[in-house]
Amino acid sequence: MSPVLETRGLCKAFGSQQVLAGVDLAVEKGESLVVIGQSGTGKSVLLKCILGLETPDAGQVLWQGKPLDRRTRAAFLDGFGMLFQGAALFDSLTVWQNVAFRLRRRLGDAEARRIAVEKLARVGLGPEVADLHPAALSGGMAKRAGLARAIAADPQVIFFDEPTTGLDPIRAARINALIRDIVTETGATAITITHDMTTVRRVADRVAMLSGGGVVWQGDVAAMEAAHEPHLHDFIRGIWRP
Amino acid sequence: MSLSTPVALTGRAALGLTRLIGRVAIFASRSLARLPEPREFLRQLIQIGWLSLPVVGLTALFTGAALALQMYSGGQRFSAAEVVPAVVAIGMARELGPVLGGLMVAARVASSIAAEIGTMRVTEQIDALVTLSADPQRHLVTPRLWAAILAVPILVGVGDVIGIMGGWIVGTQSLGFTSAAYIKGSWSFLESWDVVSGLLKGAVFGLIVALSGCWFGMNAGRGAAGVGRATKYAVVAAAVGIFAANFAMTGLFFG
Repeated sequence: MSPVLETRGLCKAFGSQQVLAGVDLAVEKGESLVVIGQSGTGKSVLLKCILGLETPDAGQVLWQGKPLDRRTRAAFLDGFGMLFQGAALFDSLTVWQNVAFRLRRRLGDAEARRIAVEKLARVGLGPEVADLHPAALSGGMAKRAGLARAIAADPQVIFFDEPTTGLDPIRAARINALIRDIVTETGATAITITHDMTTVRRVADRVAMLSGGGVVWQGDVAAMEAAHEPHLHDFIRGIWRP
Repeated sequence: MSLSTPVALTGRAALGLTRLIGRVAIFASRSLARLPEPREFLRQLIQIGWLSLPVVGLTALFTGAALALQMYSGGQRFSAAEVVPAVVAIGMARELGPVLGGLMVAARVASSIAAEIGTMRVTEQIDALVTLSADPQRHLVTPRLWAAILAVPILVGVGDVIGIMGGWIVGTQSLGFTSAAYIKGSWSFLESWDVVSGLLKGAVFGLIVALSGCWFGMNAGRGAAGVGRATKYAVVAAAVGIFAANFAMTGLFFG
């Protein structure tokens, strides 16, 4: 099966710091890929290069076998959803307006609101939350509202950037379960960036380890637990070597 | 230090400044080439225009009143105290209304735009707009620029009237003018170009204020310090820009 999304030789430097040095990654339709790595290894930069928020110095991003350029990226984003690390809800809009942000451009407000309330219910938030502003939500509620926004337009590809960062273990477990269920239900392709091993074990079909600017290991969760690759071995066990 | 070092530094600074001006000009022209989204445009019109009215009005009132007092005491030295109404009207319409109005809007609006957009930048809300297929420039910058270009001349016009009224209060209450004489003195020397030139200045100052806020907000650095710096630079750049543009436009209109 050909990959739905692929990076080939992706390079990105900031000044003298080479963050990505030839990243080759491929994710197939309906697959849940989790990218792990220590802080500062370029996981978020990789996401931003795929989304066009950063311009790679070299390499390509391919979607359905075609390079993502300005024109094809617009089509890619139309079928795309993303949960940001801090939820990134728009402060000036209410929760339902956030969730229905994309929908309101093609549907009337009443229909968009109905779908938004439905998606909020899917992530366990009641209709009483719909008219609140993001500032009134707890961290866990904001994450779930962000997740509702990510899935509001039934995307084919969803990115999750550090989905459990800043949450207590119970709320983190809830988010992990929601991600797994949503990916399974919708058949969407998912890429998750995290350094939370519970998330890895809960949501990954396949794991890729980023270190030194490239992918140093990839495989499924069972293979990850048994792997001897030193970076991966130390990372999943939390071993610090001075 | 070799002799070439200061030359090289000056050259680099000049190139950097030219590059910055070019980037800001492209940023502004791209934003103004589109029509704003009506809902956001109206929201910004209220934020920039309506909510700035009290501060602009009070500034104009006290400025007009102080100008009347100054002109009266100065005019008495050469027996020309009767020019107070005309000087207040022309001074407010041509110069003080637009400049002080623009500066008050800069203090209030450039800072809030830079802080709002800068916070959106550091909390990834602008990235979120991109992932939701919304163009951040069209969504955030275009409505603010058009709203400021429209709102500030209106504020200047209202400020002119309030400033003249401030002069009238002082003139009639403590300088011995009758109400009719003061109003006649204001109108008889005021030409339409005095007012129109001030309103044109207002439109340009509005653009400068909103552009400073949007530019520094969109380019804010990381964290609270980044937003703080963006806010400070936005206000300073807007104020300096207003003075520079005022000098250039005054030369163009009346030079």
